[in-house]
Amino acid sequence: MKRSIKRFKDSYLFYSFKNDKTAMASFFLLACFIILSITAPLVSPYNPYDAKNTDIMNSEIPPMWLDGGSSTFILGTDNMGRDLLSTMIYGLRISVIIGICAVALQAFIGIMMGLTAGYVGGKVDTVLMRIADIQFSFPYLMVAIFISAIFQVMFGVGSFEKLAVPLLVIIIGLSEWPVYARTIRAAVMGEKNKEYVEAARVIGLSRPVIMFRHILPNTLTSVMVISTIQVANVVMSEAALSFLGLGMPVTMPSLGSLIREGFEYIFSGSWWITIFPGIFLILFVLVVNLLGDWLRDVLNPKLYKG
Amino acid sequence: MFAFIIRRIAQAIFVMLVISLIGFAIKNKIGDPVRDMVGERVTPQERAKIRQKLGLNDPFITQYIRFVDHAVHGDLGLSFFYKKPALDVIVEKAPATMEMVIGAGLLIILISLPLGIYTSLKPRTFFSRFVMGFSTLGVSVPVFLTAIMLIYIFGVQLHWLPSYGRGKTVDVFGNGWWMSGFFTADGLKHLILPCISLASIELPLFIRLIRSEMMEVLETDYIKYAWAKGLSPMRIWLVHAFKNTLLPVITVFGVQIGIMFAFTILTETVFQWQGMGYMFLEAVERSDTSLLIAYLVVVGSVFVIVNTVVDIIYGFINPTIRIAGR
Repeated sequence: MKRSIKRFKDSYLFYSFKNDKTAMASFFLLACFIILSITAPLVSPYNPYDAKNTDIMNSEIPPMWLDGGSSTFILGTDNMGRDLLSTMIYGLRISVIIGICAVALQAFIGIMMGLTAGYVGGKVDTVLMRIADIQFSFPYLMVAIFISAIFQVMFGVGSFEKLAVPLLVIIIGLSEWPVYARTIRAAVMGEKNKEYVEAARVIGLSRPVIMFRHILPNTLTSVMVISTIQVANVVMSEAALSFLGLGMPVTMPSLGSLIREGFEYIFSGSWWITIFPGIFLILFVLVVNLLGDWLRDVLNPKLYKG
Repeated sequence: MFAFIIRRIAQAIFVMLVISLIGFAIKNKIGDPVRDMVGERVTPQERAKIRQKLGLNDPFITQYIRFVDHAVHGDLGLSFFYKKPALDVIVEKAPATMEMVIGAGLLIILISLPLGIYTSLKPRTFFSRFVMGFSTLGVSVPVFLTAIMLIYIFGVQLHWLPSYGRGKTVDVFGNGWWMSGFFTADGLKHLILPCISLASIELPLFIRLIRSEMMEVLETDYIKYAWAKGLSPMRIWLVHAFKNTLLPVITVFGVQIGIMFAFTILTETVFQWQGMGYMFLEAVERSDTSLLIAYLVVVGSVFVIVNTVVDIIYGFINPTIRIAGR
C-alpha cells in the first residue's frame, strides 16, 4: 500500500497535476460536487421529495438578498414552494448518478464490442464496426431523443416517470457507446501484434484471458480519458432530455427538469428557478471537461485532435 | 473511384432499410392505423373489418414490404392529429427549421473564420486567450441554457428582441409552400436569438478546428519557403496557409449541419419555433405514431444523404479514403 502511494507520488501524472492550477482547482470543485451529491440528505436544508416540507404558499420566493426573500430559503423557492437549494442538490445527485451509471454502461458495451472487433478481426470486426459507424453517423443526442420518445410512447408517460432513472441510463448508454468501441478497437489493433501478446499466445493462454487480462489493461488509459469527457457529455444529454420533458419528472427533478420547470416562470420575473440550476449544471460540466482536457493532454496527446 | 461510390451508395441504401425496419417495427408494435383513420368512435366489428381491409392481419414481412413500397412513393401514413399525410405536415414545417439552420450556419462562418485565423496567428495575445477560454466555457453550456439566458437578457429585461415565435412571414412562391421570415424586418428580428443560440454549440468547435489546422499548416515547409521568398504576411496567411485549412473545415461543416438539425429540437422548444423539432415533440406528447415514424425516416434519410455526399466528395479529394475502403 505504502509503496503504491509512493509510486503514485513519483508518477508523471501526479507531477503534472501539482503543477497545473486549473487541474487542481477543477479537481477540488469536482470533489465538492461529488461529496455534495453523496451527502445530499445530510447537507441540504430540506428534503424536497417530502410533501410535508412544501407549501404552495411559499412558491416563487426570491433569494434571500432580494426584496421579499427570507433567510429560511437561501436561494429562494421554486414554483411548487420547494427550497431551491435543496432541490438543486438533490437534482445534482440524480444527474451524477445517471452520469456515472450511463458512462459505465457505455463503457461496458463499447469495450466488449471494441475488444472483440479489434482482437478477433475479420468478419466480426467488419460487422461490429459497421454498426458502430452507422450509429456514429447520427448525432448521439438525436439517437437518445428518439429512443426516449419511443420509450415514452411505448410505456406511457406514467410508468416512464416511475422508471425514469434506469430508463435514462439505458437510453444514454445505448446512444453513446460507439465512442468507446472505436477508440478501444484502435488501441487493441496497436497492441495485439506486440511481443507480449505473442508470448501469451505461445504459452497457450485462451483467447478471453489474453483479451481481458493482457490487452485490456493496456488500453485503459484511453478508457480513462474518454470516460471523464463522457461524464460531462452524459450529464449534458440527460439535462437536454429532461429539458425536453423526455427525462426526469418534475416531482423528482434533475437539474435539467428544474430548468425546464423554471423556464415557464422566467417571463414573470422569477429568474432564479432557471438561472441557479443552470449555473450549477454549467459549473459541473465545465469542471469535468477541464479535468478531461488535462487528463487527455497528460496521458495521451494523440487521442483526439483539436 | 466508381467502386467506392457504388459501395457508399449501397451502404446508404442498407442504412435506410435498417431505419425503415426500426420505424416500421415501432409502428407495428405501438401504433394503431385504424385509430389514425377513423378515431375512437367506431364499433369493434367495423374496426376488425377495416383492419382486414388495410391488410393489418398479414404477416410482418408482407406489411413491411408494403410500408417500404409506400414510403418510396412518398406515402408515410396519416398523422392522427393533423388528419393529413404525415409527410405533408413535415414538409410544411421544414422551411422554418431550414431557415434557422441556414441563419446559424452563416453566423458560424462569419464568426469562426476570422476568430480561428486570428487566434492561430497571434496565440499569445490577450484577445486570443480570451477567445480560447470562452470557447472552453462555450462547450460546457447546454444550448437551451444559452437560449434561455438570451431570452432573459434581450427579451425580458431589455425588450430589444422578441423571445418566441417566427414573427411576420411572407409567402415566397405564392403557393404556401415556403412561408419565409427572411424577407420581413419582423421575421429577421425573430431569427436573431434562435440563430445565435444554435450557432453557439458549433462555434467553439469550429474556432478550435480552424485554429489547430492553421497552426499545423503554418509549420510546413512551403510556408517557410514563402516567407523566404519575401511574400507579404497577408498573402502568406490568407492565400497560402488558409486555403489549405479549408478542406477539413468544409468536411466537418457538412457533418455538423446534420448535427445542428438534432439541436434544433432543443432551440425550437425554447423559442416555440414552429418547425420540425417542435412538431416532433408535440407528436410525442400526442402519441402521434405515424408522424413520429415519418420524422424518423425523413431525418434519417437527410443524415444518410448528407453523410454519403460528404464521403464521396471527400473520396474525390483524398484518395487514401477510398483505398482504405471505409
